[in-house]
Amino acid sequence: MEVLLGITGKDFTIIAASKAAMRGATILKASDDKTRELNSHSLMAFSGEAGDTVQFAEFIQANIQLYSMRNSMELSPSATANFVRGELARALRSRRPYTVNLLLGGYDKIADKPSLYWIDYLASLAPVPYAAHGYAQYYCLSLLDKHHHPDIDFQQGMKILRMCTEELKRRLPIDFKGVTVKVITKDGIREQEYEDDQKVVVP
Amino acid sequence: MDSLVSQYSRPAFSNEGPSHEEQLELSQAAPELSLKFALPPVSLPSAWLRAMTDDYSNPSCPIKIAHGTTTLAFRFKGGIVVATDSRATAGNWIASQTVKKVIEINNCLLGTMAGGAADCQYWLAYLGMQCRLHELRHKRRISVAAASKILANLVYSYKGMGLSMGTMCAGVTPQEGPALYYIDSDGTRLAGNLFCVGSGQTFAYGVLDAEYSYNLSDEAALELGRRSILAATHRDAYSGGFINLYHVKEDGWVKHGFSDTNPIFWKTKLEKGEFSNVTAEMV
Repeated sequence: MEVLLGITGKDFTIIAASKAAMRGATILKASDDKTRELNSHSLMAFSGEAGDTVQFAEFIQANIQLYSMRNSMELSPSATANFVRGELARALRSRRPYTVNLLLGGYDKIADKPSLYWIDYLASLAPVPYAAHGYAQYYCLSLLDKHHHPDIDFQQGMKILRMCTEELKRRLPIDFKGVTVKVITKDGIREQEYEDDQKVVVP
Repeated sequence: MDSLVSQYSRPAFSNEGPSHEEQLELSQAAPELSLKFALPPVSLPSAWLRAMTDDYSNPSCPIKIAHGTTTLAFRFKGGIVVATDSRATAGNWIASQTVKKVIEINNCLLGTMAGGAADCQYWLAYLGMQCRLHELRHKRRISVAAASKILANLVYSYKGMGLSMGTMCAGVTPQEGPALYYIDSDGTRLAGNLFCVGSGQTFAYGVLDAEYSYNLSDEAALELGRRSILAATHRDAYSGGFINLYHVKEDGWVKHGFSDTNPIFWKTKLEKGEFSNVTAEMV
C-alpha cells in the first residue's frame, strides 16, 4: 500500500510519495522519504521490496554522480531514465533481481521541458504526462485522465495532486500517513509544503 | 341464553375470505425455494465447484464464469443515478459487449448486476418475482429496504456455495424516498449514498468521489455517472462496451440511453482535452 504519484505540467514535475514505512502489520516510521535526488534536476521515487528499494536507489544515485564527476556534465532526465532502466533490466536477469518500482521526475534544461518516467520492477520504461504506482494507480489514474492537461500551471498541478491524495485517504483501507511532495523545475529540486489536516469523508 | 350461544358460535362471515391456512400462506413473504438445482454427484459440491471455476488460483480451470464489470449508483437531491458498462468476460475472452446489467424490477426499482452473470441474472429475476408477489399480496409496492433484504437473505442462505454477485438496489418509494442498497454474495447489505461495484470500481470511484455532491443538478449527476463509467471502461480491461444510464425519480425511473463508449471516449478526448496520456507518438 505504498503510494507514488507523479504529475507534469507546463514547467514543473511534481513527485509525491507516501510517508509510511510499513513492515507487515506495523508502521515503523511515519515520515519516511521514498525519494533520492540523482542530480540537480532529476529525482527518483521508489517503492517495492524492503531493502531493495533504498539499495537500488542509492546505487543509481552514486553512479549518476560518478558519471557527472568523470565527464563534468550532468545527464539529462531521459539519459538518466534509460540508464536506470538498463540497470534494472540487467538485474532482472541476474540471480537476485531488484523488486523496485520507480517514478523518475526531471526537468530537461536543454529541451526546456519537464519530464516524467514510469519504470516498474520488470524494467518497463514509459515516458508519461502523469503516473502512479501500486494501489494508487487504481484510484488516481482515472482521476488524472479526467483532470490533467499538459499545459497546467503549478497551482493546478497541486490542486490535482490534492484531489488524488484525498481520494486515497477516502478509499484506501490502510493509512499511508500522507505524502512528501517534491517539485522539479528549471531551478532544481525543492520540497513542497503539503498540509495534511483536512478530514475527508466517505459519501 | 342468546349471549351464551353467541359466545360459543362463530359469526356468519367467518367462512368468508381466506382460510387460516390460506392466510398463513399469504403472509409468508417468500415461500421456501424448491431446491431443484442439479448438483454435481460428488461429496462436496461447493468445493468441487470452486475447484472447477476459480480462475484466479487456477488459470486453466475448465469452467470460466462470466465476470468483470463496472456498475455505479449514487443518491443526490434529484433522485438516484444508476450507470453500468455492458461487457461480460469469461477469463480473457470478451463474451459479450451488449449485456443489460440494469434489471428493471418494477417502474420504481432497479437492480444492478456485477459478478457471476448467471447468478445475477437468475437471482435478480427471482427478486423481481418476489417483489411482484409482495405487491399482489399487500396491494402496495415493496420498499427498497424490504426488496434488498429478500435478496440479502437469499444469497446469505447460499453462503459458501460459490455464488458470486455484487448488486445494488435503487428505488424511490413514498415511505423511504430515494433509497440505495448494496448487497453482495458474502451476505453484506449496506444502505448508502454512493457505491461502485465490480472490477472497475476503483476507477469509477476516482472520478465520482472528486466531483460528487448531494446537491448536483440532474444534468450534472447524469454526466458524472456517464463519465465515471467511461473512466472505468478506459482503464479496466474487463469493462467496456456501452454505457447504460438510468435516473430514478419519485415517479419512477427514466432511461438515458445505452450508448457506445468508443465515440464518447474520442469526443471527450478531442473536445475537452482529457485522456492526455493517449497519444499517437511512437516511443
